[in-house]
Formats: sequence, C-alpha cells, structure tokens
Amino acid sequence: MGGLRVLCIAIVLIHSHTIGAFAADGPLRVEAQPLRSASEFLSPALRAEQADPIRNRGMLWVEQGERLFTQPPPGGAPSCATCHARAETSMRGVAARLPAVDAASGQLVNLEGRVNECRIVRQSLPPLDYETDELLALTAYLTALSNGEPLAVSIDGPASAFYAYGQQLWNERQGQLNVACTQCHDQSVGRKLRGDTISSAVPTGYPAYRLEWQTLGSLHRRLRACQLGVRAQLFELGSREYLALELYLKSRARRHPIDAPALRR
Amino acid sequence: MAGDAIDTPLGGATGDGSRGRDIALDRGKGNCLICHRVPIEGELFPGDVGPDLSGIGARLTAGQIRLRLVDQSVIAPLTLMPSYYRVDGLRRVGEQFRGKPVLTAQEIEDVVAWLQTLR
Ligand code: HEC
Ligand code: HEC
Repeated sequence: MGGLRVLCIAIVLIHSHTIGAFAADGPLRVEAQPLRSASEFLSPALRAEQADPIRNRGMLWVEQGERLFTQPPPGGAPSCATCHARAETSMRGVAARLPAVDAASGQLVNLEGRVNECRIVRQSLPPLDYETDELLALTAYLTALSNGEPLAVSIDGPASAFYAYGQQLWNERQGQLNVACTQCHDQSVGRKLRGDTISSAVPTGYPAYRLEWQTLGSLHRRLRACQLGVRAQLFELGSREYLALELYLKSRARRHPIDAPALRR
Repeated sequence: MAGDAIDTPLGGATGDGSRGRDIALDRGKGNCLICHRVPIEGELFPGDVGPDLSGIGARLTAGQIRLRLVDQSVIAPLTLMPSYYRVDGLRRVGEQFRGKPVLTAQEIEDVVAWLQTLR
C-alpha cells in the first residue's frame, strides 16, 4: 500500500490541474482563493448587457415583480406593499440575509419560501411554484432591491446543522459520473468544460437569465442542471437539500455583493 | 488490477479503435471532449479540465489507460475524471442510470483501442 500511496501522490501532483493542495487519501484541502463569479467569464457583449438595465433581459421580470408587489391581487387580498411600504428601503438587504431558519417552524426558508409564506398567511393565496413567471418576477424584484448588498447569511445556532448538511452535499461525489460539486467549483475554476468556463459558483446573480433556458431561472434550477450533468438523482426545487446547498453557497460567498438578475450562457 | 493498470481486457473483449473514437466523441456516451482535447481536426470545442489526450498511447500502456477509464479514483481519490465502469459505492445515481456503468465492457475496450492509436 505504501508504494501505491506514493504512486497516488505522484499521479495527483502530475495530472491534476488544480488550484488546491492535496492529500492522496484525506479530505480535500483547498487553500483560500478569491471566489470567481461567472460574471467574470462572460463575453464582453453579455457583460455589457448585464450591466445595462435597459438591455438586461432579466429586467422584464423585475418590472413585472414590482407590479405584482404593489398592485392588490384579484379577490380583495392586500398587496405586498400594504404591509411592506417603501420597498426600496424596507426590503433592502432581505435577499442578502436569506435563507434563514424560521423560528416558528424550525425550517430553513429562502426568498421563494418567504414570498409564499406571505401569500398563504397574509394574502390567503395559494403558494407559487418554482419557475412560474410570478415567483421569478417577485424574487427577481426583491433580489434586485438588494443589489450591491453583501451576502450576509447566518450559519450560527439553528442554521449550523443546515450549513453542515449543505457542506456535506457539496463535498460528496454523486451520480453515475461520481463527481462532487467541489471538484468543479473549487478545484477546476477557470478551466473549460466544453464551452463553459467553470466559476466558483457564487450565487449572487439569481434568479438569472440563462440563454440556454431562454428565460429567467432560480438558483435551484441551476443546481439541477449541475446534478443532471453528473447523472445524479435530482432533488426537488425548494427541497431541504437545495436549501442547505443554497445556505452553504451563500455563506461561502459571504460579503460578495448581490448582482441580480445576472445573464448566463 | 496490478499497480496502476488493469492488464486484462474487460470481459475478454477485443477493442475496435474506430468504434472507440465514435464512442469517445458521442455526447451521450464517452463525451470525453467536454473535458479533454484530442488530436482531431474540426470545430469540436473541447474542454481543458483534463489533460490533452494527444500522444496518450505513447505515454500510457493499454492497461494503464483501462484503469483510468474504469475508475481513476482508485489511484487518485480526488480526481475529476469520471468512473466509466463502476457501479458499486456510487451515491444518488439518476434512476435511469442505476446499476449500469457509463460504458459497457466492450465500449471501454473500444475506447482503449482508440486511445492506443494516439501516439
Ligand atoms: C462536472 C462539473 C460540475 C459539477 C460536478 C457541478 N457543477 Fe455547477 N456548474 C458547472 C458549470 C460548467 C457551470 C456553468 C459555468 C459556471 O458558472 O461555473 C456551473 C454553474 C453553477 C452555478 C451557477 C453559477 C453562476 O453564477 O451562474 C452554481 C451555483 C453551481 N454550478 C453549483 C453547483 C453545485 C451546488 C454542484 C453540486 C450539486 C455543482 N455545481 C456541480 C459545472 C459543474
Ligand atoms: C468531467 C471531466 C472528464 C471527463 C468527462 C473525462 N475525463 Fe479523462 N480526465 C479528467 C481529468 C481531470 C484527468 C486527470 C486525472 C487525474 O489527475 O487524476 C483525466 C485523465 C484521463 C486520462 C489519463 C491521462 C494522463 O495523461 O495520464 C485518460 C487516458 C483519460 N482521462 C481519458 C478519458 C476518456 C477516454 C474519456 C471519455 C470516455 C474521459 N477521459 C472523460 C477529466 C475528465
């Protein structure tokens, strides 16, 4: 085994194109590197489009979200703005602090979950499904109100167990291809996977407009795309697994400013 | 397995290099170009997550190549190279892929035969 281990180390050192430090049989140790957002790898044209509110395609949802937020829904329920007046200030920073543990239920809740909680409890309306234009519009609007705010999720107290679960999912190999998130998004950042440059999975731009989808999509939808890529069993959108991964990603990228809606290939 | 190689062809199959090339390029099978450059002309848009496979047949023996396709993680636990012929000890495999390796024994041998021609 000693010989094999030396061989392992040699192979890892010679053939891995990585930025981290390795132990042949221990857990991965990745040295602190500045995280690189996918926005850094956009073509100059897409980058300019993302930065320009007139041309950014995601702004259509932001505008729709503002309408949905301010106008009373049909049926006499109060509008969101009835409770949350002056959203520019009252809602600023909210997206940066979520997901967070809900004190009453003990569950981790993200922005989609918060919106649906208000719909159910305060507006007596049915919850909106992930990837519906309404939920994308409301979350895009609310997230854009936090643009420039640094991610500031809490991973203390009741959130710590969710964080640990997210970290475990991040580091575990999965799927028929037997690959973990960390192997792409820590070890292979800046390298090309076919036409895509692998980023650090900084989740500040979601919901994001992805050209491949031809629409806006949630962070959870993006996580599904990565799971599909390694031929893994997909989790449900809004599941505790994706929520835990969302918390892990947002903690890992803490202090990175929100820049939604982002444009992606 | 001996050292860093599997010297016996899987299931005693004989590889066919030209089939192997097609399997390697097929996005639903090997999809090797998502990560590797190969010495083939044309607009292939290869990735560069893995090493360039030009000359791989001169650098590695058939047995060494076979092991790297079957399950490179045996010798390099942190490798990003997928395990193409492994069904055990995998986590959360998508339903339609469960209990099956990415490539069959014959397909592995075909790809090994093709890679050996890259010298
Ligand atoms: C085989 C490589 C690979 C694996 C494994 C992988 N991803 Fe990705 N991921 C990509 C590529 C390629 C993209 C698109 C380019 C980019 O933004 O990095 C991407 C994009 C993302 C993004 C969007 C980044 C942005 O700003 O648009 C997130 C978030 C993400 N991945 C998280 C994950 C998580 C969580 C896992 C594990 C469940 C995972 N990825 C597994 C390759 C991978
Ligand atoms: C998701 C990325 C990925 C895919 C897909 C992939 N590889 Fe690899 N491959 C790698 C990486 C990364 C390495 C470097 C291995 C290491 O350092 O442990 C590698 C190493 C290898 C090696 C050893 C190269 C050397 O110089 O030692 C061979 C041979 C190889 N791959 C062939 C293939 C073939 C053939 C396919 C398709 C059937 C394939 N790979 C698909 C990422 C990939």
